[in-house]
Amino acid sequence: MFRISGGEVYDPLHGINGEKRDIYVRDGKIVAPEDVDQKHLEVIDASGLVVMAGGVDIHSHIAGSKVNIGRKIRPEDHRRDPVPRSQVTRSGVGYTVGTTFVNAYRYARLGYTTIMEAAVPPLKARHTHEELMDTPLIDKGCLILMGNNNFILRHIGSGDYDKIRNFVSWLLHACKGYGIKAVNPGGIENWKWGKNVAGLDDLVMGYGVTPRQIITTLIRVNEELGLPHPLHLHCNNLGLPGNYQTTLETMKVAGQSRLHLTHLQFHSYGGESMRNLSSQAPVLAEYINEHENLSIDVGQIIFGEVTTMTADGPWQYTLYQLSHNKWANSDVEYETGAGIVPFLFKRDNPIHATQWAIGLELFLLIQDPWRVILTTDHPNAGPFFFYPQIIKLLMDKKYRDEMLASVHERASCTLLSQIDREYSLYEIAIITRAGPARRLGLRHKGHLGVGADADIAIYPKEVDAEWMFSNPRYVFKDGLLVVKDGQIVTDYMGRSLLVETAWEESIAEEIGKEFDRFYSISLENYPVELDYLPRYEVIPCR
Amino acid sequence: MDKVILRLKERSNIPVEAEAICPDLFLTKSQQEIEELALYYGNKGRRLGDFFQVQGERSDNIVIEGEIPNFKKIGQGMSRGNIHIQGDVGMHLGALMKGGRILVEGNVSDWLGAEMEGGSIRVKGNAGHLVGAAYRGSSRGMRGGEIIVEGDGGSEVGELMRRGLIVIGGRAGDFVGAFLIAGTIVVLGPVGLRPGAGMKRGTIVAFQEPDLLPTFHYNCLCQLSFLRIYLHHLREEDLNIPQEYLGGFYKRYNGDTLELGKGEILVWAGQVA
Ligand SMILES: [Zn+2]
Repeated sequence: MFRISGGEVYDPLHGINGEKRDIYVRDGKIVAPEDVDQKHLEVIDASGLVVMAGGVDIHSHIAGSKVNIGRKIRPEDHRRDPVPRSQVTRSGVGYTVGTTFVNAYRYARLGYTTIMEAAVPPLKARHTHEELMDTPLIDKGCLILMGNNNFILRHIGSGDYDKIRNFVSWLLHACKGYGIKAVNPGGIENWKWGKNVAGLDDLVMGYGVTPRQIITTLIRVNEELGLPHPLHLHCNNLGLPGNYQTTLETMKVAGQSRLHLTHLQFHSYGGESMRNLSSQAPVLAEYINEHENLSIDVGQIIFGEVTTMTADGPWQYTLYQLSHNKWANSDVEYETGAGIVPFLFKRDNPIHATQWAIGLELFLLIQDPWRVILTTDHPNAGPFFFYPQIIKLLMDKKYRDEMLASVHERASCTLLSQIDREYSLYEIAIITRAGPARRLGLRHKGHLGVGADADIAIYPKEVDAEWMFSNPRYVFKDGLLVVKDGQIVTDYMGRSLLVETAWEESIAEEIGKEFDRFYSISLENYPVELDYLPRYEVIPCR
Repeated sequence: MDKVILRLKERSNIPVEAEAICPDLFLTKSQQEIEELALYYGNKGRRLGDFFQVQGERSDNIVIEGEIPNFKKIGQGMSRGNIHIQGDVGMHLGALMKGGRILVEGNVSDWLGAEMEGGSIRVKGNAGHLVGAAYRGSSRGMRGGEIIVEGDGGSEVGELMRRGLIVIGGRAGDFVGAFLIAGTIVVLGPVGLRPGAGMKRGTIVAFQEPDLLPTFHYNCLCQLSFLRIYLHHLREEDLNIPQEYLGGFYKRYNGDTLELGKGEILVWAGQVA
């Protein structure tokens, strides 16, 4: 039981913009002043400090089979970043593909307390949860890959929509998932034949269905099941010049329905070839501004080492050919695939500099901060621990212009230099916690109102936003002090966030037949049991 | 010449991480400060003075007396000075070094001069595996400098090497110059299996007929002036280079044609002509 006293509070959900407020915490929740015993109250002095809810990352890759392949092919990544243990923490390694514990510690030390693992193949769900069990401090959820699943593709073809909804519902249950993710719908299935899809109306080989049909179906299922988070979509044609048209068309496919488009930066390109890749961020931003059903996260480029990893196998092969770096490809039976390629984003490279500017354009040109979310698609466009640098770029026009001047001049072909907008702390609180929490349907996160989880980050108030957001004075998780002055002070296990939806038993029988014939494991071993998770919380549907 | 002498107090089998034994560090330190340098003994932190009797200070000339096959990372990243090791020594000797010179009277273990950038290493005994190689996952091994091993070398000598010279006086293990990017490897004794597997460019010189992969192709019989210069240099380094090697002909094979195929393996063909 304690009171956070005298801090400057930024709680956009309740319109609190830097006013001095006291926050009361009891039993891991934020409570009203009358619900605590004022006499026996510990007081945390937050005067001169900035108080926000714990950060929420809507899209990151920190656990599961492709992260692990990344770890396996990148010992050099680890050798440069050893992390010794402390009294409280375990030893491990960074950097782009860190160990589970180190990832968790680093998130907590930024004041982030909830993370979505953004691409979990159903067959690898057990592995993913096992890694998440070793990812302490933070709450976590899994978005389950469904955009290239045999069962779904086949029944889109046969028009049996009810069966698909039943299956999706069962699959979320079996994977202990939180939401539906689709990556390059249809393209990964075609990659099994060495091909891809180039647009929404290309055919998926062997199924006779199109990406457009897959997206439409999954949006419909998502909304009918009333899942807390909209369909989480990685569009077709990621990374390719001219792909903004596909992205625009995809947005139109959604109609009035909710849709979340992930790492939009990678989908906002004009031009006809890599040589003249250009920004179409303004066009997409304008469309998003006019359509409140859409939300995006950015996938901002950070210059330096990254490890690209995605279910988008064909794109990863292209990237391998472009970079000549090492490449790992993974095929996940009936469900999806993955590719992993280390990559270096260079300031003096015209394409990379343009990509960097495009990300910032999206942040700055999309008017409603509730629908643009800060991500680096960790570790694809940059490691998550560079979030404070992005915050500084958004808050400080001078710093942004200096950086723009230091990168390849081609970045100046974008609108970036002409945009004067600077984010306020209030808006930063939206794009890093309130917005993603709302978009994920996590009603008890991302804000500091009564009933919210006591996930709280307290930062020193500094002019240099990068320093400020890298050095929280205190971070609380469920009311426990986990970070103090940059050090992890408590070991604590967060919860797995799940949804529960209904399905008809008949579906299990049908799936069972498929498993007997085609899967490498039996149906009995497939679903992740609830007992398997050390702690969990079911998030209600809409 | 000023020097710091380290006399081993007691021999042990427990591994010691000794990157603190480095001329760059010793140069500015008093005897007492040198004794206080931190080493890891197994998983326990210890002082250098716990292991060695230290004589001398503030010098980048280091002499180590005693057998220290359990001491790793000596001279790691050094950029200047000398290290003279009078017995056997452990893994990672001179790894990442940029300059200076290391002389070993005995044998060394694996990863000798791994990813080194400059300077020279001379070993009078044998070396372990991965001489001048890349650490696992790295894109490049040795990037410059010279390693001369008078005895035998283990497997993967010069793996992913990018520049520089490695000489093995005796036999070399399997995969000599695997994935070689550039640079020269000279093996005076027999060569193990699959020399130059995956090599892009660079030169491997052998004096006994190696078993080549089918992806290497015979080009021609040749005499190469660069090789004569190299071999003269090795003679000056007191290596036993027979006169007929200097004047003889060499069979040139190019490969690995699964890769770029611009690498060459030169095999001494005797006094043909
Ligand atoms: Zn991603």
